[in-house]
Amino acid sequence: MSDDLFKLNIDGQEVEVPRSYTLMQACEEAGAEIPRFCYHERLSVAGNCRMCLVQWHGAPKPIASCAQTVGDMRMNPDGTPPNISTKGDYVEKARNGVMEFLLINHPLDCPICDQGGECDLQDQAVAYGRADSRYELNKRAVEDKNMGPLVKTIMTRCIQCTRCVRFAAEVAGVEELGMISRGESAEITTYLEESLTSELSGNVIDLCPVGALTSKPYAYNARPWELRKTESVDIMDAMGANIRVDAKGDAVMRIMPVINEEVNEEWLSDKSRFIWDGLARQRLDKPYVRKDGKLTPVNWGEAFEAAKGALSVAPEKIGFVAGDLIEVEQAKAALDLARALGVQNTDCRPAGANYGKSGVREHYLLNPTLLGVEEADALLLIGTNPRLEAAVWNARIRKAWLWNDLKVGVIGEAVDLTYDYEHLGDSPDALKGLFNKDSAIAEALRNAERPMVIVGESALAREDGDAILAAAHDYALEIQAIKDDWAGFGVLHTAAGRVGALDTGFVPGEGGADTAAMLSGDMETLVLLGVDEADLSKTSSATMIYVGSHGDAGASKADIILPSAAYTEMVATYVNTEGRVQMTRRAVQPKGEAREGWAIFRALSDVVGKTLPYDSADALREVLREANPIFAGLGYAPGHEGADALKAKISVSSDGVSKAPFTAAIGDFYMTNPIARASKTMAECSLQKQGLETAVAAE
Amino acid sequence: MLQDKDRIFTNLYGAHDPGLEEAKKRGAWHLTREMLAQEPEWLCNQVKESGLRGRGGAGFPTGLKWTFMPKSVGDRPHYLVVNADESEPGTCKDREIMRHDPHLLIEGCMVASRAMRAHACYVYLRGEYIAEREALEKAVKEAYEAKLIGKDNVNGWDFDLYVHHGAGAYICGEETALLESLEGKKGQPRLKPPFPANAGLYGCPTTVNNVESIAVVPTILRRGASWFAGFGRPNNTGTKLFCISGHVNKPCNVEEEMSITFRDLIETHCGGIRGGWDNLKAVIPGGSSVPMVPADQIMDAHMDFDTLRDLQSGLGTAAVIVMDKSTDLIQAISRIAYFYKHESCGQCTPCREGTGWMWRVLEQMVKGEAHHDDIDKLLDVSKQVEGHTICALGDAAAWPVQGLIRHFRHEIEDRITQYRAPRALVQGHTVAAE
Repeated sequence: MSDDLFKLNIDGQEVEVPRSYTLMQACEEAGAEIPRFCYHERLSVAGNCRMCLVQWHGAPKPIASCAQTVGDMRMNPDGTPPNISTKGDYVEKARNGVMEFLLINHPLDCPICDQGGECDLQDQAVAYGRADSRYELNKRAVEDKNMGPLVKTIMTRCIQCTRCVRFAAEVAGVEELGMISRGESAEITTYLEESLTSELSGNVIDLCPVGALTSKPYAYNARPWELRKTESVDIMDAMGANIRVDAKGDAVMRIMPVINEEVNEEWLSDKSRFIWDGLARQRLDKPYVRKDGKLTPVNWGEAFEAAKGALSVAPEKIGFVAGDLIEVEQAKAALDLARALGVQNTDCRPAGANYGKSGVREHYLLNPTLLGVEEADALLLIGTNPRLEAAVWNARIRKAWLWNDLKVGVIGEAVDLTYDYEHLGDSPDALKGLFNKDSAIAEALRNAERPMVIVGESALAREDGDAILAAAHDYALEIQAIKDDWAGFGVLHTAAGRVGALDTGFVPGEGGADTAAMLSGDMETLVLLGVDEADLSKTSSATMIYVGSHGDAGASKADIILPSAAYTEMVATYVNTEGRVQMTRRAVQPKGEAREGWAIFRALSDVVGKTLPYDSADALREVLREANPIFAGLGYAPGHEGADALKAKISVSSDGVSKAPFTAAIGDFYMTNPIARASKTMAECSLQKQGLETAVAAE
Repeated sequence: MLQDKDRIFTNLYGAHDPGLEEAKKRGAWHLTREMLAQEPEWLCNQVKESGLRGRGGAGFPTGLKWTFMPKSVGDRPHYLVVNADESEPGTCKDREIMRHDPHLLIEGCMVASRAMRAHACYVYLRGEYIAEREALEKAVKEAYEAKLIGKDNVNGWDFDLYVHHGAGAYICGEETALLESLEGKKGQPRLKPPFPANAGLYGCPTTVNNVESIAVVPTILRRGASWFAGFGRPNNTGTKLFCISGHVNKPCNVEEEMSITFRDLIETHCGGIRGGWDNLKAVIPGGSSVPMVPADQIMDAHMDFDTLRDLQSGLGTAAVIVMDKSTDLIQAISRIAYFYKHESCGQCTPCREGTGWMWRVLEQMVKGEAHHDDIDKLLDVSKQVEGHTICALGDAAAWPVQGLIRHFRHEIEDRITQYRAPRALVQGHTVAAE
């Protein structure tokens, strides 16, 4: 389509817009406000609500501006640009009529509707509707549908805009929502009234312009105008989706996505969205010390004294392990304390992983960036299941597959990713000879302008992890995935804290032990920074200091518990899998006596006589920026700037790749971290998912 | 009046065998090879010159429509789709063609496909048409066996014809809903543009034509465009199948000259109005979706597109529904409104919500339970539906209501007044019927 400009006269004002624009976009360009229900930027055009009608002088009927492409419009007979009116009696009458139709069968139960206050129908009824109703007959009622534990349905409120249907089919890639029956009897329902088998199902709540689909866990909890809204960053996966935390008093009431085109567009995974009830349960709200085998609440002073005792053993017998959700500040303070104590045993990687040792940051980043997949023409996924590991990014891969004709190949488990791909093998062994392989995807990768090779973090935690990374990188070099303006090689992480911790240098120091070695039983004292996913079965002889927010696997084994703030309770830095530095903001106060992680280590450093050189989080961040300038670039992903660093081969042999098949990094999507395990909503989702899976297997 | 020698559908009443041999004797498949040897432009021009206007209701010039197809076949094939989803209440012409003269249709499909550079044609058949499907499939089989159609046929234009049986939804007669249904999806109209000639069936250039429009083409080409253009008045030419039902003495289907007057049509073929011309009350001249015309205006009107348009109605499918003075017009229109409410696809707001509203108000008016100001409200609601929808079903639902109010408003008023008279004390409130 040619993108020359097209002139229009909108409300007497001349505007020039690209021909590919819709009339609605053109009107907005001219500063006119066009009401709409069914239209959504990220979904296909349905044109069914008829709310966006405008007047095209000379046309016999009002025009649905969302569906009219500007380039298809005709000039006036005298050659002047078409005249459009978005105001005036004609347009008002048309919109007024549509509004009236939408309301005649709508229950108008705003006082008991959770959408109230943020409802498109409510707002537009005020702006474009009649003051009274002319409809004196009985209203239609629609039976509610069961859509699982996340989405509450009150289908009588539905205005059949089909946004949810289009979202499920186009973005989520599950064709399980649809409109049945016709005419007045038309109803939206899921297939057999099951919940969507999608990790993104909660987004239909945001999309629904009325109160038909609302959040079930949030039902009747709060009104939007009562909520304190804080923009922050999600830590349920390594994407760092931008979120808004809505809180009332000291409780988080809900979490919503915030638009960031480069990260999460405007979607959010169900885990990120519905985790919030986990922030109120199983919390560590005061320090504990184990006395006579029982964890006993103590005050901070006593806890620090106990910790001081534990840290007075020989430094080579002390280990610091960082978990999945650790913020950069805490990692930095803990690391500085460890080094001050002479401890070299520090690690933030899962047991077995050995990556990041080269010191080349690009070897553990998702260099092509999340957005980059929209520019890529071929994608190879190695040992990763983005649908579970980065659900929102998976939707973007699907988008690229759907609209940009992206070709996808997978080495690893052959799971349903919601798009077609060529399965090249179960084990990293499939990388051998892939360059010359006679297959469609191998050829597509060979010939691609912008190929993308992505390795899952869990693949790197295998015994042959180093070899896999080298083999994948070798392959990326073979297909020329690394160019001056394109760095087509990267690692997809699963943990929000990992990249940030790596960037602070939270890896074994000179002669230090790694996670596997530290957890093998040799240590006398272990400092666990929110370590809940690691195998702690061999560490019972060690004194364990657990710093974290939730009573989970780590806390139950600990001897000393130092309670820290959760991600919604502090200003903290996280680095996502692309290397994008982002900051959370404090939405609520930390629970009870819990303190921010860095402050715990700062205070502890005082107690053990190794006072750290910063008294505030700002001072700590200053130190961070000096140590590593990447922390100065907020919100920015380096992307292809890392290409140079990737041009050299990784100095590890790729021969060691084994024939052992890749296994899933995430067993249960809803249960990947202590906050999720504390959440009742996530537990319900998990049960439901297991139910679904058995039902399918039984068939 | 049309003479027998000028009839195109010579077996309209099934008096003869619809089979291939007999059809050939009646003229079908004569000179087909020669027609197919012509360039598409020539074929389109002939149809243009004949003045043939689409017989499905809208009356768009058929030859002109064909020229909207791309001039050469690119990487997407062209398709002809024949709309045999004849569901407009009162209309029963296409079924007679398919049952009794199917070879004219098949031949027409082939010639029209040539004119549009298509090698495949789909006939989308109404769900309820079982006998018609059997008859058409039988004829298609005969044509394949005689190598009249198919690959390497005797006519020299590779051509395949598929009969697709719908599931009986009125909306699937809307051309884009028909395409959706044909593709296996839910029959809901598409947004236009793009028009089917650019992106139709499976996204390929497609033309959708009515059965009658296609079936008359071979005869037009055999006898010449000027022969066809010689019937009727300018811009309203040719012969036309009329389906006359209702209060006439002998309801019938008949092929007649376009622009015949209503009086001639009824007197010649239907034995007059039941109870005489004084007993005529109103006529719906083109299927249930066009507004009714009162007796005095229709009696001597020409039955063609332009005359009826000037009477604020339309020729539609030429399904003439005659109503004498025994008819409860409010009840009749209410029944039609119910039909449109039932058949609305539910996709877009005004039609989904408005059709039910109109029907319910009309139901009240039938009993007289409504208020006087409900009449204006109903008219306003119908205007809010008309022209605001994705497809024409919204218009089709609104027009009959508008026709009723335009011409017989006094009847509704009388009904309400009558109902209210003994209930004077509760004026202004809806009273439940005792």
